[in-house]
Amino acid sequence: MSMINVKVVAIEQVTPLVKHFTFVKEDGSSLPAFSGGSHVVVSLDIGGRIHRNPYSLMGSPMENEAYHISVRKQENSRGGSVFMHENVTVGMPLKITYPVNLFSLAKKGRKHILIAGGIGITPFMSQIADLNRMNANYELHYAYRSPEHGAFAAQLKEKCGDHLHCYIDSQGQRLDLQALLNDQPLGTHVYVCGPNAMVLATLDTARNLGWPENHIHSEQFLSPPTGEPFKIQLARSNIEIQVSAEMSMLEAIEAAGVEADYLCRGGVCGRCELDVLETDGALEHNDHFLTDTEKASCKKIMPCVSRAKGERLVLDL
Amino acid sequence: MALNFKKETFREDYTYSNSGESIKRFPFPFPEDQYMYSVNIEPHTKGKPGSVCEFAFDIDEHYVAECLDKRITLEQDPGRYQALPHMMDAQWDFLELTMEALAQDYPEHFSLQKQGLIWTWENKPLGIKDTFTFGDTSTLATEPFDYIGRQLQGDFVLLDHRDETLYADAGIVTSQADWSLAFNVGMSWREWHGPVPRATELGVMDRALKYLLNLQLGSPVRRLNWTMTVNPRLDTSPENYPHWGSDRNTVNADNVADLVHLRVELQTLFRLPRSNAIVFSIRCYLISLKDIATYPRWAKRLHRVQKTMHPDLIEYKGMTKFHPLMVDWLAKFDDGEALTVGTHAE
Ligand code: HEM
Ligand code: FES
Repeated sequence: MSMINVKVVAIEQVTPLVKHFTFVKEDGSSLPAFSGGSHVVVSLDIGGRIHRNPYSLMGSPMENEAYHISVRKQENSRGGSVFMHENVTVGMPLKITYPVNLFSLAKKGRKHILIAGGIGITPFMSQIADLNRMNANYELHYAYRSPEHGAFAAQLKEKCGDHLHCYIDSQGQRLDLQALLNDQPLGTHVYVCGPNAMVLATLDTARNLGWPENHIHSEQFLSPPTGEPFKIQLARSNIEIQVSAEMSMLEAIEAAGVEADYLCRGGVCGRCELDVLETDGALEHNDHFLTDTEKASCKKIMPCVSRAKGERLVLDL
Repeated sequence: MALNFKKETFREDYTYSNSGESIKRFPFPFPEDQYMYSVNIEPHTKGKPGSVCEFAFDIDEHYVAECLDKRITLEQDPGRYQALPHMMDAQWDFLELTMEALAQDYPEHFSLQKQGLIWTWENKPLGIKDTFTFGDTSTLATEPFDYIGRQLQGDFVLLDHRDETLYADAGIVTSQADWSLAFNVGMSWREWHGPVPRATELGVMDRALKYLLNLQLGSPVRRLNWTMTVNPRLDTSPENYPHWGSDRNTVNADNVADLVHLRVELQTLFRLPRSNAIVFSIRCYLISLKDIATYPRWAKRLHRVQKTMHPDLIEYKGMTKFHPLMVDWLAKFDDGEALTVGTHAE
């Protein structure tokens, strides 16, 4: 996957739990433009293990000098957010992916209802820039715990004016989803990002009210397939290879100097298929090529995207 | 290296021809002795110098003549350009992608100067120089996709990504292998691929779509598609079928090597940044059987591929009338020597 080398140029504490980071390209050139709702995956080398965390891009998609992300500190996770808060400093180089959009605005939508809870506001920051630019009909409903947690309320007020509706939990303000979604014109799309309960409640309410499925959007972060490190044996080449957490099996085979076939490197073309001679554990099939029966048989694997969990995997290569 | 652009035609007197260099770099599509549809998609990474994949968008000796042919087709039938209103961001994305690529890869022919959003584009081979404001449609004489689409070889479709599929919501299509933009615009992936025989049963189409929905900015992909065309005609559209359909009846044993052309489409797909749309680029290359036979390896390969072609594909690709003549002509080059896998000429 192509990566972009960036460096951190500013860090700001915006709420007690949220920090805002600004990145520019390490070589000083511009970053790619992107679309509202996009995220990048930031790779962090934490004691030799690579963590990859997705974060929404918050700036205007039209501005390509710098990227902006916000990170909420998740105390009880092993993941990268604590590292981002405690170890990442101004001037530090980082690697990020190109922007990916799994939460894009429906361009043909006539009206857009955006529902954010807490840090779930981040993907909407760039969408609002797009909606304002297109002069679209939209409403932003932003719910948060208490005034000091309303990370971007002031900034949003400025950008969205009357489009913004805030709900501050500590002041007893509640968003009434039923009332909001009950009476919307045909062609309205709803988008939700926030705590799981809020996402589920929004999806449920909209479905119960008979909203068409393709007018209901929610952000679900799926990290690219990485996994635990594992070992493989290549029977014909007679070598053993270690596949690290951040490498694919195909990359590890190539790095060991063994020639392997491939075309798409994305689990669809079938070219990289390898015969499994022996295995003691579960195979993690991430491809779209093998049939379910083939996957269950554990006789074949696509090394460009799939992985293994056990101690022993012998391949016919 | 500056290219020598040829004066030639793709209609009526058909003066189109390939130079020796052009034959050598032809994107021959058959790595094996048999052909069937597959998800033959690979990363569109930089190819060898001089190859058709050296750059993101390939410009060759036919550039000027092809742009002229495109203009004629668009004048006769403005419906070959279509763009639905929600595709305007994608139009500007496309203009940026192609202008930047051409200016960077062919600096002796194209240049792009930027002063903030004020851009000046110069296309020397076509004698065009314009200054406009990026993102402001009123500063160009036509829509941005129309403007730059006419200055490129090949066809382009802009696809909107929504509802877990792709919709062909804009296009500039003048050199297509018998499909219609006017008919396909606004359609989704499964709808426009409906007529393709066997591919759906093989699961090719569903897998290809899943892959494309994951297409990433900065990581374009490519594939080759092919058919056979009688005469070096770019505009083999259903709309103009009366002008070319009957050419198939003119093929005989004496003229088959001159009239029948292998038509290869280098199809590339790029994710676009601001619109999250995808551009599908179809760059068409034509070569006569006679020119293919200057490389015996290609002639042998093409003979075997055609001899074993599935009857459904012979019919779908419109080859029924001249297929036996073609196989007979190619047979004399095939001594049965085993060929290794690969598309190389020698
Ligand atoms: C996303 C952009 C694409 C567009 C707009 C597109 C469009 C089309 C159209 C209009 C046809 C002609 C159908 C007819 O006969 O009316 C066609 C044929 C076909 N397409 Fe696509 N296509 C796209 C991408 C792909 C990809 C990525 C594959 C990969 C497997 C593919 C595989 C095929 C095949 C195998 C045929 C039959 C061609 C032949 O035998 O000559 N297409 N496509
Ligand atoms: S390389 Fe295409 S499935 Fe692995």
